[in-house]
Amino acid sequence: MENGKTRVVSAIVENKPGVLHSVSNLFRRRNFNIESITVGPTESKDLSRITITVNADEKTLDQVVKQLDKLVDVVGVAEFDPEAIVTRELALVKISVPTTKERSDIISCVHVFRGRVVDVSPESLMVEITGTSDKIDAFLNLMKTFGIIELARTGITALSRGARAVEVGE
Amino acid sequence: MTKISGAKALIEALERQKVTTIFGILGGAILPVYDELCGNKNIRHILARHEQGAAHAAEGYARASGKPGVCMATSGPGATNLVTGIANAYMDSSPIIALTGQVPSKGINSTYMIGRDAFQEADIIGITTPITKYNFQPRSVAEVPTMVNTAFYIATTGRPGPVLIDLPKNVQADKAEVEFNNRIDARGYNVVCEPDLAQVSIAVDLLMKAQQPLILAGGGIITSNASDELVKTAELLMAPVATTFMGKGAIPEIHPLSVGTIGMHGNPAANRLISEADVLFAVGTRFSDRATANIDTFAAEAKKIHVDVDPAEIGKNIDVDVPIVGDAKITLATVHAALAKKLQKNTDSQWAKRVKEVREKLSPLQRDIPKDIVPKTLLFELRKLLPASAIVTTEVGQNQMWSALYYKALQPRTFISSGGLGTMGFGFPAALGAKVACPERQVVDIAGDGSFIMTEQELASSVMENIPVTVIVLNNSVLGMVAQWQRLLYGKRYMAVHLGKTPDFVKLAEAYGAQGFRVGSIPEFQKAIKTGIKSKVTTVIDVPIGSEEDVVPFVPPGCGLPQQRGDY
Repeated sequence: MENGKTRVVSAIVENKPGVLHSVSNLFRRRNFNIESITVGPTESKDLSRITITVNADEKTLDQVVKQLDKLVDVVGVAEFDPEAIVTRELALVKISVPTTKERSDIISCVHVFRGRVVDVSPESLMVEITGTSDKIDAFLNLMKTFGIIELARTGITALSRGARAVEVGE
Repeated sequence: MTKISGAKALIEALERQKVTTIFGILGGAILPVYDELCGNKNIRHILARHEQGAAHAAEGYARASGKPGVCMATSGPGATNLVTGIANAYMDSSPIIALTGQVPSKGINSTYMIGRDAFQEADIIGITTPITKYNFQPRSVAEVPTMVNTAFYIATTGRPGPVLIDLPKNVQADKAEVEFNNRIDARGYNVVCEPDLAQVSIAVDLLMKAQQPLILAGGGIITSNASDELVKTAELLMAPVATTFMGKGAIPEIHPLSVGTIGMHGNPAANRLISEADVLFAVGTRFSDRATANIDTFAAEAKKIHVDVDPAEIGKNIDVDVPIVGDAKITLATVHAALAKKLQKNTDSQWAKRVKEVREKLSPLQRDIPKDIVPKTLLFELRKLLPASAIVTTEVGQNQMWSALYYKALQPRTFISSGGLGTMGFGFPAALGAKVACPERQVVDIAGDGSFIMTEQELASSVMENIPVTVIVLNNSVLGMVAQWQRLLYGKRYMAVHLGKTPDFVKLAEAYGAQGFRVGSIPEFQKAIKTGIKSKVTTVIDVPIGSEEDVVPFVPPGCGLPQQRGDY
């Protein structure tokens, strides 16, 4: 997997107990390397979407998709074309703020990155930032100089561009 | 509608699936189901002596009959003891249904008991997720019938496999109005049986142009009952048929085009010819490492066509030129029909001559057969003593590889062995399951002393339930296959492989009420087999053999199939 690229695979799964276990277990069992995995509801209440970011070569990616598709609780799976995809990630960052000068420096950075300050205390700020993972990485890199107390990232969620959706079985 | 218990709903749903046999052991958490079986006239319960035996018996039943086998156990240790058998069925794509009891999902005062480490609780759903095709845990009685339908549907269709239903005790005992129907609830499960015709046509063109085609028949041929289509296609192409270990019996091994099994301990004729083939037509195989040996040199000269009903097998182990997702029987019939329109059978080709030459020169049974009491002679004699329809199971290790090399399977579903998982102790309970499925046929377990001891307690089941089979213990007082590796690959540094002279297998058989013979010559062996296969009680034949006997030739780890070593 050393020469692989980061790819996004989207799986539509039954909204039932144990499904996330069987999906994550598959990745461990088949030795697939996941970078991030996110789960959430879809437009249909009995289905969830699992978005998986993997670092894999073509052959491994082919296996990821086929092995996922083989799981009974996976009703649809697609590998997204990296050229026609919208990906988003959300991060909450708690930054230490020793002086007022630094507070205003941080806030101007937040504006540049179109983030929002969501909590303020005498020694800290909490910032919410949304975007591609690269953008979040860049913001975090800047904040390192001030000191990150705590960080929570959601991992990537994604949809393909255009009207087509992941095909699901009836 | 009257209310019935979950246990009754389960049994009725099993009856609707035409289940006639359950192999199992009871316990506290499955008592309501056993209570429901009490007095039931349609389902025979066969009491195993260890749950592993019940699971292997269910698999033996399934593989001999083609129908799903059912095993049952209580929660906790009962369920975990099934695990090896379930894993075995998963690796060998056998349709079995495992039913397990579970602690109540609701306690007396409505507390949730699953997850509280109750007595004999084990997370069997979590444990078996990677070794089942699917598993279920009903939360209410009403779910049971559809769940059973779905379990059987998933277990038996496409690439078959084990399915487990974990039944919380309260769901077994509770009563509710239950509707029986044929509904199946598996939205994300779909099976493609019909091959893509464009792919078939590319494959047909390739086969038409092939000068040296070879068909590799895997276990999928046996699963989909495609032997007739296989043989017809081979005869039309005049292509030799090699099988994988799991495919043994897909073509009668006395057929002039049959060249034996490929693999680490394969028939040298098969291993040679697959390396010379220009087109490899592989059907129903997953290209296991033991079959292919080093993949870089596997069928290196050949364009490869791969047919499998499981899309995930395409491109998993071997890169192929023409992938076809489809059922083996349907695909072979389609390919045969297309070929028959265009192709004239040519029995005089260079390749046909080459196949005949290699087959006669390299096949082990074409060479000397000693008069001594050695595995080759024993298995050669065994074949002569058994009718074509007799079912042979094997244990795992040298006994298994000798059987692959020297025992010719003449019909599909007559050679049943633990291929993928390599489970010692599989053969004997599997033989019992096969005998229950096919009571009119003779069933023989070719065993080693190390393997037989792992599940010999099922002698008790075989005697008490009147399931007579014949066990041949090739007794070399050693865990032979690993001893062979230590001898050949670890400089004869033997560690933990010697078993000594215990037990006395004749006395062991007698202790269980079975009969035992010890034989010291080929005529004695012949006599014991003739007695055993006619006997109304299980027969254990102890055959002492040399402890330094190797399975040869073999392909050392890392080498390719043609690099087989050892005089044979």
